[in-house]
Amino acid sequence: MSERETDSGDTAPGDEAAEGEEFAGGTSGYVVGLGLAALLTAAAFAMVNLPLVWRPAIPMALVVLAIAQMGIHLVFFLHVNTGPDNTNNVLALAFGTLVVLLLIGGSVWTLGHLDHNMMPMGRQMHGFP
Amino acid sequence: MTVQAQDPYRIGRGGGGDSNTGRGEGGPASKRTTVGYGFWIYLLSDIILFSGFFAAYAVLAKQTAGGPTPHELFGQGRVAMETAALLLSSFTCGLAGVAAEKRKLIPAQVWLLATGLLGAVFLGLELSEFAEMIGKGAGPQRSAFLSAFYGLVGLHGLHIAVGLLWLGTMMAQLWVKGFRPQIQRRLMCFNLFWHALDIVWVGIFTMVYLMGVAP
Repeated sequence: MSERETDSGDTAPGDEAAEGEEFAGGTSGYVVGLGLAALLTAAAFAMVNLPLVWRPAIPMALVVLAIAQMGIHLVFFLHVNTGPDNTNNVLALAFGTLVVLLLIGGSVWTLGHLDHNMMPMGRQMHGFP
Repeated sequence: MTVQAQDPYRIGRGGGGDSNTGRGEGGPASKRTTVGYGFWIYLLSDIILFSGFFAAYAVLAKQTAGGPTPHELFGQGRVAMETAALLLSSFTCGLAGVAAEKRKLIPAQVWLLATGLLGAVFLGLELSEFAEMIGKGAGPQRSAFLSAFYGLVGLHGLHIAVGLLWLGTMMAQLWVKGFRPQIQRRLMCFNLFWHALDIVWVGIFTMVYLMGVAP
């Protein structure tokens, strides 16, 4: 075994690819990742402070920027990529993402409807004999 | 088509004999891979825990019970500083990982120390924000919005505090024991943990702070 335990077919999450050079590996990968993440963060703050986007669209624009930045973090910092030695990690991540989307999306959806169907406070107080 | 050719793991690998570890005849996967994978599963479960708090916040953010609203409470300056500190600490943590991979003790320790200091700056800013808000009467008991806020942001802060403890012990272990395989594995797991916390913070500063102050 080499001084670093490596597998020929598997990469531990956060580890660089087992075989040869990898996209976004080493120090330069972290520098590029930091630059892109800083750019997306600055864009998100600019979105709120500058009149760049139609106002009702700002939350959606922020969500898109956040998802893009999470992707940058995953690829450049956590070394999750589409390499064949990364399949297990990506599958676990996909399942985690599914659960997160169901949890957040489902809560917002169902409770939004519930809130909408609630009787307004005022009527509830005075509408009944 | 043979069974081997259909194996999706072979795609892009050029086929050949079955020497891959973890499946087939190459023997079990190395400890580094299994430890990393197990920690990855833990991190995903932790992110699912966070998603519950995110869902609660999303549902309760408008229930201010006549108390202070996000607009009145949140400033952008401190959040920008917190974000910068955490992003830079994620970066230095990655550089510490690269240095540890190359078995350079002093650079690894210096980058780990930088990670810890930036994490401490983040935690200090967050605690000062909490203290300021509670001083203004906007404590967690004021409204459902504030309960959800302290739950979500406080949980993240708790993770950062635990991460700082872990970081301190990792630096001590690295100093005393050097680059043993198990120390390398723990450092890899710490790297994963710290990067994952930065990903959660991206969600928090977007959903809580920026959406809270958006016009």
